[in-house]
Amino acid sequence: MASQSATSIAVQRSLARQRRDATGLAFSILLLLAMLLTLVILVVLLVDQVTRAIPVFQERGVDFLTSGLSSNPANAGVFQGLVGSIVMGMLVAVLCFPLGILTAVYLEEYAGDNLLTRFIDINIRNLAGVPSIVYGLLGLTVFVAFFAALGFPNNGRNIIAGAVTLTALILPIVIITSSEALRSVPKTLREGGYGVGASRWEVTRQLVLPAARPGILTGTILALARALGETAPLLLAGAILGTFSTSGSLQDLFTGPYTVLPMTVYDWARKPQEEFRALTSAAIVVLLVLTLSFNTLAILLRNRYQKRW
Amino acid sequence: MATPTTSPAPRTLVGSRARRRRETAIGRFFLACALVSVAITAFIIYTVLAQAIEFLLAIDLSQLVAPGWFPRRGMFDVATLIIGTLIVTLIAMLIAAPVGVLSAIYLSEYATPRVRGIVKPVLEVLAGIPSVVLGFFALTFINPAIIQSLVPGAKGFNLASAAIAVGILTIPLIASIAEDAMRAVPHALREASYGLGARRVTTATRVVLPAAVSGIVAAIILGVSRAVGETMVVAIAAGASGGSLRSWNPFESGQTMTAAMAALATGSDQVAGNNAAFQSLFFVGLVLFVFTLLLNVVGDSFVRRVRQAY
Repeated sequence: MASQSATSIAVQRSLARQRRDATGLAFSILLLLAMLLTLVILVVLLVDQVTRAIPVFQERGVDFLTSGLSSNPANAGVFQGLVGSIVMGMLVAVLCFPLGILTAVYLEEYAGDNLLTRFIDINIRNLAGVPSIVYGLLGLTVFVAFFAALGFPNNGRNIIAGAVTLTALILPIVIITSSEALRSVPKTLREGGYGVGASRWEVTRQLVLPAARPGILTGTILALARALGETAPLLLAGAILGTFSTSGSLQDLFTGPYTVLPMTVYDWARKPQEEFRALTSAAIVVLLVLTLSFNTLAILLRNRYQKRW
Repeated sequence: MATPTTSPAPRTLVGSRARRRRETAIGRFFLACALVSVAITAFIIYTVLAQAIEFLLAIDLSQLVAPGWFPRRGMFDVATLIIGTLIVTLIAMLIAAPVGVLSAIYLSEYATPRVRGIVKPVLEVLAGIPSVVLGFFALTFINPAIIQSLVPGAKGFNLASAAIAVGILTIPLIASIAEDAMRAVPHALREASYGLGARRVTTATRVVLPAAVSGIVAAIILGVSRAVGETMVVAIAAGASGGSLRSWNPFESGQTMTAAMAALATGSDQVAGNNAAFQSLFFVGLVLFVFTLLLNVVGDSFVRRVRQAY
């Protein structure tokens, strides 16, 4: 920390004694206010939603989590959304993590500095900035259409198509954060590996990847949390707004209609009935518990393993 | 990312031919993984462009200028959506840019490591809140508690409350990019400033801030890009699911490009088939894609300038 260096502190102390620093004080207060504003917003948001949700949980208890979607607020619950989000999270993790991490390994460990590498690199950076709803167009016209063409039920609007869409969405984030983690592994570790005769793959697998694991894990978990909170692409890529029913079979889970928690929140937020306001907040609390626990896990992991080489 | 971090293993020591072949195969497989992202870009550009062109060919071009955006009635006034997007982005940045940059200055120049350890996670938690949640918050809290108490005539759904929530969503992004830029400023610059007897505020605003200015510009540009692309907040809090008249009033209900796309996807008569309303989705998508792409390219070039400077 620059401001903590001995020189600066000593200089500041000696200068501060001579006259009151009004500008400096005003500026620090301004900075503090900016920080506090963010904190206050977060607290107000959480308190507001939780207080609105409490009556629902008191009245309904676990029933809210285990009952399905319904147009009747008295027995509507988030069950399909919860199941959909959990299955979606697992599918996205399975599809996205290997692909993203291996791409990062290619870019950092294997690729030479040539035109192709630079092209892939620029491509990924730009992909990361594409608005999420544009990925929905991709999901609708490519992935959903693909499953429809294969004759899947429900016009191909299944959770797998949704998961592929979200995978495309978070892939650039996973690649960028994994690349950063790989880049922070010191060169000497690799040189040591080559020195004892290891091949590039052996060095990558046994030395570089283990050293970069905490960083990669943090980035991928944060990306997964982002995927679990996404609504816009799934609006287009086939998640159901409104009620639907399934037979509950495993086949239905993967090929039938589906929804995810944020879709349930969106659906209820649009309903005019007053009763759905409280239900929306209750669904938001469930969604926040899910996504924020992933976020917290990632932050804890990073703090635990933060290493300075 | 482009520069290799290792030198290649010496040729004479790479060992048996089988081992070398395996190495090559692994390398090719990784390259194939990397090419998936290129394929994704190609698919996005192809689908959006092809359908957008089909849309433009199907309609009468005069339909692109109308009193408002009502896709079901054949009124495709893109200006309505662009104005809506500008209003939301402008108000969002009025909040997110100062708060984000000031937070970054605080984190980089003022905060002790202990305070940083608390504040940084708060920003990260804020960044992790799904946008549907902020949309509902804008509708049920920001609007009645702030907008409608300040502007009595404001509608129940309006662009201003959505814009504030979009601003809140953008704060963590701006703060984190700007902070990275300021931390990249070499310590020697600060030491020199203190050595000349400068105060902390002078050092922060006259030395560190100018040195990191391209990073801060990048943070704001990327923030704008994020605000332009934000969908759910506006879809929930700004109303106008069927369409809206062209208007510059932020206290009326309105639509952005993204919200119009969401509305087309969720309208009571679900998007389906091959009609112009459906294809307008891709046209708006194309405009949005080009908008954000330009912003990101410019923003990225500023980020790179910081990296080259130090």
